[in-house]
Amino acid sequence: MAVKLPIYMDYHATTPVDPRVVEAMLPYFTQHFGNAASRNHPFGWEAEEAVDKARKQVADLIGANAKEIVFTSGATESDNLAIKGAAEMYREKGNHIITCVTEHKAVIDTCKRLEKDGYRVTYLPVQKDGRISLDGLRAAISDKTILISIMTANNEIGVIQPIAEIGAIAKEKGILFHTDAVQAVGKIPFNVNDLKVDMASISAHKMYGPKGVGALYVRRRNPRVLLAPQIDGGGHERGMRSGTLNVTGIVGFGKAAELCRLEMVADTARLSALRDRLNARLHKGLDEIYINGSTEHRLPHNLNISFAYVEGESLLMGINDVAVSSGSACTSASLEPSYVLKALGAGDDLAHSSIRFGLGRWSTEEEVDYVADKLTNVVTRLREMSPLYELAKEGVDLSTMQWQTEGQH
Amino acid sequence: MAYSNKVIDHYENPRNVGSLPKEDPNVGTGLVGAPECGDVMKLQVKVNPSTGVIDDAKFKTFGCGSAIASSSLATEWLKGKTVDEALAIKNTDIVTELSLPPVKIHCSVLAEDAIKAAIADYKKKQDTTAGKSADTHAQPTA
Repeated sequence: MAVKLPIYMDYHATTPVDPRVVEAMLPYFTQHFGNAASRNHPFGWEAEEAVDKARKQVADLIGANAKEIVFTSGATESDNLAIKGAAEMYREKGNHIITCVTEHKAVIDTCKRLEKDGYRVTYLPVQKDGRISLDGLRAAISDKTILISIMTANNEIGVIQPIAEIGAIAKEKGILFHTDAVQAVGKIPFNVNDLKVDMASISAHKMYGPKGVGALYVRRRNPRVLLAPQIDGGGHERGMRSGTLNVTGIVGFGKAAELCRLEMVADTARLSALRDRLNARLHKGLDEIYINGSTEHRLPHNLNISFAYVEGESLLMGINDVAVSSGSACTSASLEPSYVLKALGAGDDLAHSSIRFGLGRWSTEEEVDYVADKLTNVVTRLREMSPLYELAKEGVDLSTMQWQTEGQH
Repeated sequence: MAYSNKVIDHYENPRNVGSLPKEDPNVGTGLVGAPECGDVMKLQVKVNPSTGVIDDAKFKTFGCGSAIASSSLATEWLKGKTVDEALAIKNTDIVTELSLPPVKIHCSVLAEDAIKAAIADYKKKQDTTAGKSADTHAQPTA
């Protein structure tokens, strides 16, 4: 069977909306269009009822109580609200925040902003496998530490952090624990009580829901987390996030969450098999390719590989009918290679040579085989024109060579 | 990022990929860039000693499509040029020919650097060879 091109293998960036989700959303555009805050007529009641149902659906996915779900515009807003909101609220307790170097920019840049406002932030390094050291975390904690923010799973390398262990440490020390769980929720089991998480950021469009809607889980008991609102207005969402609720989006988010909860076991089994097939086929066709990050603690649908001696953007050009991402500098506006891969200490050259594959609900075996074979051909061709490959085959150790760097380099 | 048709053509059908014998006194080799910057170009020229004209040029490039295209184009231009004419090739000529966007200008700079490095290497070899033949009877220095 011929595969349909182009192939989408960038499910970490975003996911298509599941048709069942679309179906659930449709009546809320035209028929039940009410404002959930309108308390005095049926249009408002219908909308509120729909939001309540979705709130329960999202809460059920993460083992929370519906009242602990604060709807937002997406995970970037959730991260901002969690970190800035807690920092502001608990300023008298302390001014120290602990996070990690491989966090999403929504967390890193929020922390950088707080540093300008007088907070102190520790950016924990990661080990070679992409996980933080728990000893390092313990050592970083001081009596001024008010918040730990460590992502559940990384968006580039899919590495899953030891969240339960971090949760236990935070609890023991009486420090709030926030996790950006965007890539993990809906894909792997995630329970806020088992993991002892106090706040968690979630996004609908990473789990087959619509864009523009997300949530922040905010613990209500043990401890009761209080956040200073970052958007002022009508006092929606228990006063934590003002703004008319995106009812249609929230309904879709709820439906998406329900589907993920019901289908997670089957999806995970299918996707990890596909991912392993992709990995095996690439390894069969090519030497000197390296998986970035832990293979053990990893999202089932993620593969991030460096293809030594070839540059990521030229690789992407060769597979232009396949949508994937690269850690290459050339694909980013900054001309800097992926900071996540750099943090693993693999060397900048391997960061430039990396590709992130993100599989999802509609990925097929045929697609995986097509991508693996095409990539094998392109890598082989590019290595034939790579001076680095030639030098390496001559036995030159590239790491000890003196390179001429001029101009902008 | 949208590539110009010329960049795509050079990427898909690169001209003059390969290597010339590094030890040949008539071959000049330039290796510029660095893996951690995401671009490394090796560019070689073979000069006809009697005419001073570049007979052959080869490249190998680790880099993005624009870097590959810049070096591929450079080898095309080098062939048939004298060494001095080759040194007159400017990165801006490459930018214009390939319609490189601003973020890719460094690729053309690197190609110009590679040309200059290859020719400098060739000239150095010529000087050494000339020096050697003149010094045949000289005492080796310690």
